[in-house]
Amino acid sequence: MARITLDGIAHSYGPRPSVPDDYALKPLHLEWKQGLAYALLGPSGCGKTTLLNIISGLVQPSAGRLLFDGQDVTDWSTERRNIAQVFQFPVIYDTMTVGGNLAFPLNNRRLPRMQVQARVAETAAMLGLTDVLDRPARGMSADAKQKISLGRGLVRQDVAAVLFDEPLTVIDPGLTWELRSKLKAVHRALDLLMISVTHDQTEALTFADEVVVMNGGRVLQVGTPAELFERPDHTFVGHFIGSPGMNLLPAAVEGARARVDGHELALPGHYAKLGGRVQVGVRPDFVRLTAGPGLPVQIERVDDLGRLRLARVRLGDHPLVATVPPGVPIDGVEARLAIDPSRMHVYVDDVRVEPE
Amino acid sequence: MRAHDNRAWLLVLPVFVVVLFSAVLPLMTVVNYSVQDSFGNNQFFWNGMGWFRELLDPSSELGGRFLAALVRNLAFSAMILAIEVPLGILVALCMPRRGWRLAVTLVVMALPLLVPWNVVGTIWQVFARADIGLFGAAVNGAGIDYNYAGEPVAAWVTVVLMDVWHWTSLVALLCYAGLRAIPDAYYQAAKVDGASRWAVFRHIELPKLRRVLVIAVLLRFIDSFMIYTEPFVVTGGGPGNSTTFLSIDLVKLALGQFDLGKAAAMSLVYNLITLLVCWVFFTTLTQIDARREGAA
Repeated sequence: MARITLDGIAHSYGPRPSVPDDYALKPLHLEWKQGLAYALLGPSGCGKTTLLNIISGLVQPSAGRLLFDGQDVTDWSTERRNIAQVFQFPVIYDTMTVGGNLAFPLNNRRLPRMQVQARVAETAAMLGLTDVLDRPARGMSADAKQKISLGRGLVRQDVAAVLFDEPLTVIDPGLTWELRSKLKAVHRALDLLMISVTHDQTEALTFADEVVVMNGGRVLQVGTPAELFERPDHTFVGHFIGSPGMNLLPAAVEGARARVDGHELALPGHYAKLGGRVQVGVRPDFVRLTAGPGLPVQIERVDDLGRLRLARVRLGDHPLVATVPPGVPIDGVEARLAIDPSRMHVYVDDVRVEPE
Repeated sequence: MRAHDNRAWLLVLPVFVVVLFSAVLPLMTVVNYSVQDSFGNNQFFWNGMGWFRELLDPSSELGGRFLAALVRNLAFSAMILAIEVPLGILVALCMPRRGWRLAVTLVVMALPLLVPWNVVGTIWQVFARADIGLFGAAVNGAGIDYNYAGEPVAAWVTVVLMDVWHWTSLVALLCYAGLRAIPDAYYQAAKVDGASRWAVFRHIELPKLRRVLVIAVLLRFIDSFMIYTEPFVVTGGGPGNSTTFLSIDLVKLALGQFDLGKAAAMSLVYNLITLLVCWVFFTTLTQIDARREGAA
């Protein structure tokens, strides 16, 4: 059990990094608290797995220090760090039984037999593997294999953290829910620090207390799912989280008003003079077609998702996604749009700025 | 019931004809010889199952020599398997994973496989000579009496070493391919689990190598069981009969003594033994697969 601190951690797979683009992982500072569940969320190649492997010691960072409870473990071996890691594809030892798999890490550490048996029984009970302990691990289903992988981590006393590298990728969709709730239960029962890598926002948002959104080797925002939804700090976060993502419109901001293609939009506050590339962003949930007064838009398509209807519209030259509230009729291509000003955000060069 | 167009047989006919002339007729000739005794001037006399009875009776001259050669063959196969398989695995484990070192290693290892059999024999015949051969002279220089033309032990050492030199690469390359197919996650998980190098080998690498090892053992067994050219070139089956393997003995019998009947009977039994062993290997292999699939 530990608190993990990343102090200026950066990584490059090339031998002599010079420019920032050489780094698969740009220098970052993060602090992860004991007992919480974190998700590293981002598209493929954003550096999230590299970050995970740096924590477990499978990858040695090019720069920076890694601290477990304030102690520098950057040079420690994976084994000494005492972390558990579950990989994307289930790793099991083919020749052993399920119980043999669970006992393997303990036998490697030369624990007494009785203690090994007790720990294996305890772990198996927690993961629901008790009935299959004597079965060959080879023939188990993918989700049981992932449980065994996890069990090999949890069977050790006092693991510093449990790391997951997209562990649900190979699981049948129907079983991911069951396995995910098992993970949550284990997390609650053991009060462990859990870090999970994923590119699936639903998985991240349901699993984690805090989500770390990454792109291009950079951490763009760390926050609770609600924070990421309500106040994305970066246009990428707005776009990547939520489905569909945030609407972003190039705009000129003057005081408390934004001008988009000759149309005036109200902003939540008064902004100082802004330089650089200015955009306003608002989630589709807060952009509604309305029967009353509003911005004139052209409807291009309406998607009926059952639960709600989404309209693809055009404001001047700019595409937007808007919700169609129940009872709002759609006739023809002309419609009016109402935007909740308190949900508008202003981005300068992709980074959110606060009103004055 | 679907109607069959019997004209298809016509199209298969050429294959039957080729197989008839290349396999069936020669084999029938051998069967024909095996039940006769041959004398000079192309005279043949009916001998029934006589040769077979003699062949399978170790107290007779023919049976004794057959059994001795068979035992030599089995001993040879067992020895080279016992050396080449572990050595091949070891080499595969030590091979570089990428870069120019890998390219160089692959080329060097493929070289012995590309040398024709009788050239391998000639190379070793010279290499191991006690007077001028680099290897033979060096061993003698080190104070060990070594002369493959004179003592059976030295002859065996030479023949076994030659086969190891020639074929370990094959086992190593097969194992290397098997090792490369193991995903990195297995090694990473082993690190997380604190597994020792031995445990990684025992619980990850060896189980994953099992299928290629079965193939390697099968190939090496069949090949070594049929060995002829290399020992024939190096020792000619000697000294005495100490390296006379089945195929060498067969040639002695058929072409040296011109005992076509005995030789035919012997080649049929030899053939049956090879078939039997292959069948056992094949059945074991497919049954392992079936069991695996049943489990998965």
